[in-house]
This record gives sequence, C-alpha cells and structure tokens, in this order.
Amino acid sequence: MNSSRGRSVADVALQERALIAPATGSRAKVLDRLRLGDAAFRQLTRAAAIGVLVLLSAVIISLIRGSIPALKTFGFGFLFSERWNPVTEIFGALPAVYGTVITSFIAMLFAVPIGLMIAFFLTELCPQWLRRPIGIAIELLAGIPSIIYGIWGLFVFAPFLQETLQPFLIDTLGNLPFIGPVFGGPPYGIGMLTAGLILAIMVLPFITSISRDVFEAVPPVLKEAAYGIGCTKWEVTRNVVLPYARVGVIGGIMLALGRALGETMAVTFVIGNAHRISASLLAPGTTISATIANEFTEAVGDLYTSALIALGLILFVITFIVLAIARYLLLRIERRIG
Amino acid sequence: MAGQMAEQFLQSRYRRRQRRNTLATTLALAATALGLGWLVLILGVLLWQGFSGLSLAVFTEMTPPPGSAGGLLNPIVGSLMLTALAIVIGTPIGILAGTYMAEYGRYDLLTTVVRFINDILLSAPSIVVGLFIYEIMVAPMGHFSGFAGGVALAVLVIPVVVRTTEDMLTLVPNALREAATSIGLPRSLAITRICYRAARAGMVTGVLLAVARISGETAPLLFTSLNNQFWSTNLNAPISSLPVVIFQFALSPYKDWQALAWTGALIITMAVLALSITARALVATGKQS
Repeated sequence: MNSSRGRSVADVALQERALIAPATGSRAKVLDRLRLGDAAFRQLTRAAAIGVLVLLSAVIISLIRGSIPALKTFGFGFLFSERWNPVTEIFGALPAVYGTVITSFIAMLFAVPIGLMIAFFLTELCPQWLRRPIGIAIELLAGIPSIIYGIWGLFVFAPFLQETLQPFLIDTLGNLPFIGPVFGGPPYGIGMLTAGLILAIMVLPFITSISRDVFEAVPPVLKEAAYGIGCTKWEVTRNVVLPYARVGVIGGIMLALGRALGETMAVTFVIGNAHRISASLLAPGTTISATIANEFTEAVGDLYTSALIALGLILFVITFIVLAIARYLLLRIERRIG
Repeated sequence: MAGQMAEQFLQSRYRRRQRRNTLATTLALAATALGLGWLVLILGVLLWQGFSGLSLAVFTEMTPPPGSAGGLLNPIVGSLMLTALAIVIGTPIGILAGTYMAEYGRYDLLTTVVRFINDILLSAPSIVVGLFIYEIMVAPMGHFSGFAGGVALAVLVIPVVVRTTEDMLTLVPNALREAATSIGLPRSLAITRICYRAARAGMVTGVLLAVARISGETAPLLFTSLNNQFWSTNLNAPISSLPVVIFQFALSPYKDWQALAWTGALIITMAVLALSITARALVATGKQS
C-alpha cells in the first residue's frame, strides 16, 4: 500500500517536468490523497495507542464481571474466609492470598540483598571488561521461561531442600520457642519456603539490572569526592551511591515484587496446592496464581469458576498497585537523571 | 559523616572500616557467584536431563500415550502456530501505538498515560490475561481454541513491542525528520519510509524479545488453547503447545513423559536464549553503525 503511494509521488514529479499545465489538476488530487492518507495514518496510530488503554480497562471489566456471582454469594467475607471447598461450594480467598504474600515476602527477603550486592559488585568491584558479560548472564536468568524454573524446582531443587536445608532447619530453629512452629513439621521438599526461594532466583535479575542502572547514573563527582576523603568502596556504595539511588532501587524492588506476586508456573510446581494456612513455612500451601492454574480447567459450576476469577481480580488489583508504585518511583528517578 | 570519620583517624577504627569493606566485598563476590552459579546449574541440569532424550523422533513423532515412545511434533507445531498468530496480531498494534507515542504525541498527556499503563501491562501477571481471554473468547464461543491462545499471547506481545518501538523511534535523530519534511514528504511517509528504516534494528529486536517472552508462556494457554494430544492444526479447536505439554508431562507419574518434558524444556530454553542473545547482538550492532 505504502509503496504504491510512494511511486505516485515520484510520478507527479515526472509528469510535472513533462507537461506542466495539465498536471495541476492531478497534482491537487494527489495532494488531497496524501493529506487524507496522512490524517488516516495519524488516527490509526492514535487508535492503537488508545487501544492499549482499552485493553487494560477490558481486562479489569471482564474480571469484575466474571467475579460478580462469587462476590454476591460471599460478599466481603470472600477475602477473609479460610475455607475452600469445591464440593460444598464454599470459597474463601484467605489461604491463597496468604500464600501469595508469604512466598513473595520470602523471595524479596533473599533477592533484595543478593541483588543489591551483585549491583555493588558490577558497579564498583568488577573489572571493566567483565561487566557486560556478567550483567548479560544475570539478565539471562530473567529470560528463562518460568515453566523451566518450575520443572527444575520440582525435580532438582525440592528434593535437594528436602534432604539438606529442611531437616537442618527443623532440627535447629524448629526447636526454639516462639519461632519453632515456623520451621516445624516434616520436610516435604515442596512448600512455601521452596516456592519463595525459587521466586527469589527469578526476580533477582530485575533487582540487579535496575539497581545497576541507577547506581551507574550517580554523578561521578559525588563518588570521587567520597573516595577523595578516603572512603572505602563499601562506604562509597553504602553512604553515597545507595542514598542517591534510593528511589530507583525501591522502584526496582517493587517491580520485582510485582513479578513475584503474579508468578504462576514456577510456583505451581513446588507449592503443593493445599488450601490451608499453616504456621510452618515448610508446609505445602497455595498462591492465587497456583490455585487458578491448577483448578480452573477442572472447575465445574459457575460459582467455582467465578470464585477463581474473583481470585484473579484480587491478584490483578494487588499487582496493579505494586507495579503502579514501582513505575511512579522509576519515572521520578528517570526525570531526575534525564 | 564520612568526612568526620576520616578526620578522627584512629588505628582501630581504620582497621574496622577495612574489615567491613573486605566483608562487603567478599559478600558481593559471593552474591555474584551465586547468581552466575544458579544460571550454570539450571542450564547444566537442563542439558543433562534433556539432551539424552533429544533425537530425531522428538521432532517427527506425536506425543505418546503413557508407557510408549514418542516425540513432541504436535506441541512444537502448535507452539509455532500460536506464536506466529500472536506476533501477527500483536506486532502491528504495538508498532502503531509506539509510533503515536514517539512521533505524533511525544509530549501528550495521552502518551504519558499510555506509557504508564503499558509499563504495567508489561509485567502484569500472565495468568490474569488467560482469565481475561477465557471470559471474552472461550466462554462466548463455548469451546477452547487455538485462536483464544494466540490472542492471549498477543496481549503479552503488545506491551513489549510498544515499549521498544517508542524507545527506538525516540532515538531517531530529528534531523532525519526535518530533512524528510523539507523535501515535502507528508508526515506519514516520513515516518514509514525514513524513521522506520532508521529504527529497524531496534524494532526487530522488540519483536524478537516478544517472541522470546511468549514462547515459554504457559499460564495464559492453560485455559485458552488448552491441549490436544492428537495431531491438529485447526486453530478453531484446542491445540497442543510445548509449555502446556511440559506442564502436563512433568507432573505426571510416568517416567517417559517426564523425560519428554525435560527434552521439551531444553528445546524451549535454547530457543528463548538464542532469541534474546540475537536481540542483544542486533541492538549492539545498531548502536555502532
């Protein structure tokens, strides 16, 4: 379509040179056509841009519409009920929400310090020629599909934890007062802790690459001044770089949190899909996304389906808020750097 | 604060600072080793488990019933079809939207809002996209279908393409646009003929990244395209796909199904890594020229 239009422009130029007078009529026509095409293209791109907004609204509206039967039946109690029984058709979101929050919390607990330390290594310690390869390798971790983490977690990581870390935790921390129950029970291998650790590996690259970018954006003058008065590398990063890059780092962490909350396949493999809230982190649990993935195709009855969609709505609202905060913070730091 | 510390120079204090620095440096090294080690570990296990099952039969035979030999032909073909469909639907919309944001309304309120929303869609949970497509396509049509799966993946393609298209068009120097306008090219032609050409490497990268993103996606396919253990290229019916087959086979109790799942996982990972490395190389060469 475009190529024919382009040829017509050239044709006009040729015609003009050959016969000037008769060409004026067709020249006006061609210009009209170009003007029309121009306006059409502009409107087309505009429509596509608005389409992105429509897409998001459509997702929200369809989720709300789908969850109305469940929300009508259970009301706000849906959020706070611990029971999930497809047979008697009584559904409550609490175990899934609890599992989602706890696994993401475990993930952040490990991924944030490790991710920041890698960013520290990449910006201050690593020799220049190694920075790019190591950076890319860490980012490749983000490129591996989540189902791969799932299958790896189920067949390699969970058995490994079952034989090593979990018995160790049960024997040591499990006997302590107060925090004992958190590490109690038999070592299943699969469970909340395993899911959290897998999530930690998955979101690590997000924290690392964003922290590295904002660390690198710190004005060299500030760092040079700190080095000039004799600060060590750690002190420069801890007292100069980190405070300056704080907003961006928090944005990166929120972005990673948004990912962890919504992650489905990796968690589904290793969480155990048990609808209950256990004190122990080693016990099987479930998350919102794992529940949907496991049960949606087998859900019989409108109420069951609707309850699962309502879970999806809760997940979407939570991640939307977290991601919106992340983007807002990153936008702020972009403006400051930009 | 750091300045004061330097002033009160005391030997013990100095030593403590050195020790702390050494500790932090060691921890940073350990963290990096952990991150890299994990990548090696995952890829190593994949190769170890998947490579032994890799044979010609994987690419020429159907998924078997439990207990007999077979391959992954139907899920591979299904995955290729779904990915192609998603790219065909998602890329034009993404490129057009990105074009508006970079060319027509770079400083518009609309652009700011779309950019914000698009960035959220970029990391929105993919399982929710599956639910959305189930609601608007599978439920009204009354059956699972390859079309629904393709559209679900297209929803994931759009934000990736929008983002890269906008970024790459923004990098095109304004002098090119001015030159195009000065010879009387209409805006639409200046964009499609000049700017798209200048930003081509980057835009192709965006599409490659989108392919890499969706080719491993499982969650949005679980209840849109479902699965099909027989040979089928009918997009209006349930269709098989690699990620869903891996999911099903890995969780099954049968040893040969699990072995096939590992082989499938190896194929997907290699494809995705090859795509993202190609994309990076493209960006790198685009920057140099």
